[in-house]
Amino acid sequence: MGYNAFRVLKEGLTGNKGWRPAWRDPEPKAEYDIIIIGGGGHGLSTAYYLAKNHGLKNIAVLERGYLGSGNIGRNTTIVRANYFIPGNSEFYSHSLKLWEGLEQELNYNVMHSQRGVIMLCHSDGQRDAFARRGNMMRNQGDDAELWSPDQVRAEIPYLDFDNTRFPIYGGLMHGRGGSARHDAVAWGYARGADRLGVDLIQQCEVTGIDVKGGKVTGVQTSKGPIRAKKVGIVTAGRSSQVAAMAGLEVPIESHVLQAFVSEGLKPAIDHVISYGMGHFYISQSDKGGLVFGGDLDFYASYASRGNLPMMEHVMEAGMTLMPAIGKAKVLRSWGGIMDMTPDGSFIIDRTEIDGLYMDCGWCYGGFKAVPASGWCMAHLMAEDQPHEVAKKHTFSRFLTGEGLMDEEGTGSQHNLH
Amino acid sequence: MRIECPICGSRDRREFYYLGAEDYLDRPSPTGDADKDAEAMHRYLHLRENPCGPTKDLWHHEAGCSAWLLVTRDTASHEIIAVELASTRKTAGAKS
Repeated sequence: MGYNAFRVLKEGLTGNKGWRPAWRDPEPKAEYDIIIIGGGGHGLSTAYYLAKNHGLKNIAVLERGYLGSGNIGRNTTIVRANYFIPGNSEFYSHSLKLWEGLEQELNYNVMHSQRGVIMLCHSDGQRDAFARRGNMMRNQGDDAELWSPDQVRAEIPYLDFDNTRFPIYGGLMHGRGGSARHDAVAWGYARGADRLGVDLIQQCEVTGIDVKGGKVTGVQTSKGPIRAKKVGIVTAGRSSQVAAMAGLEVPIESHVLQAFVSEGLKPAIDHVISYGMGHFYISQSDKGGLVFGGDLDFYASYASRGNLPMMEHVMEAGMTLMPAIGKAKVLRSWGGIMDMTPDGSFIIDRTEIDGLYMDCGWCYGGFKAVPASGWCMAHLMAEDQPHEVAKKHTFSRFLTGEGLMDEEGTGSQHNLH
Repeated sequence: MRIECPICGSRDRREFYYLGAEDYLDRPSPTGDADKDAEAMHRYLHLRENPCGPTKDLWHHEAGCSAWLLVTRDTASHEIIAVELASTRKTAGAKS
């Protein structure tokens, strides 16, 4: 049954007795045409678009925990398309367009809020680089405006503009950027996929991938073996472990990225703001909490928690940019496990095993990519051809060095992004 | 997190720069076969076991004695199990 305002009113007047679970809880069948390993945002959107765009039936999503229990449920919810490098640029542009129609598409309120993302600059050189980036974004067909310090001051008056060390020289405003409700994205795709007949199987851990004669034949799970013609590994954060089940080694190192939320405050921060000198970014959730984060802890980790030095660094950067937040209390923090690739860009590609595909290496930017990642992974799995906007995101670019997408210009080696 | 430097003793994590997996110590020698060499270099530079659990990685005591350390560490718990000087590595490489 669809969700709409009339129904909310009706249910409200009749004791909310008519709501039903948003998806079924099926037992796995003995065989599927396609199995997606991983019931996070990317896995669920892949399953949704396989059914929706390619008309495929007989699909299952296998999730070790509960749906949306990984990074889709713990991130800083930023949605933007302000990438620079060809490959990333068209992909994230496609993703943002999907975001803009997502609520209608899924009949689900994902609270997508295009409040604007501004990247602040603090030197002439950085302003020039942002002007160039803005031109690249506009060439791609997205929006970007270079704001003068006065424009920034008029919109965001509470920053420390005349900071002695890092004065604000302006910013690059990406008005269509913003944020969304992270859990709702997973739930919306889950409900959409379920309605198209996809079996979402929770508490079902994949323990092995069956390969026979160079071709995938199914998976071993905690609920028994399941045969499959095609298998997609969509388990960013744990890609290395799942790939190893098929005997594959991937160019990924797992790192921890911390984020923080303050107590709920009255609305104060209207945009998503990123600080150009201290790797700090902040927005305010609809509940009022300030949501902010910084850089990786910079050592391989699966601990789902970081260390104090990076926490201190993030707080210092925040205080330097907007001293007023010093009065807010931090309510909670967490660390997500990031699939870091050498060049800082993701991978959606076939593997050397027939019928086995991977969607991985999302580094610290997977949330905004959820719609396009599913769209492109579904295209790859259904057609056995890469989608136009994700065709550069191959495994082979690391072997050949051709088509690396190093947004930061720091090099293509682990621990540089 | 603190790391027990064999030269300086127990020091704050902030004094150390993390490079990455022990694999960096096993740089392949060229064989003359371009395809084979490219493949070996790719394995050396990019492909990682990336374990969830005990691992060995290289840390540089940048703000201390400048020694390169080989740290045996649990990536799931952040426990430091052992630290040795990379220059006196006794163990064989992960991929050798």
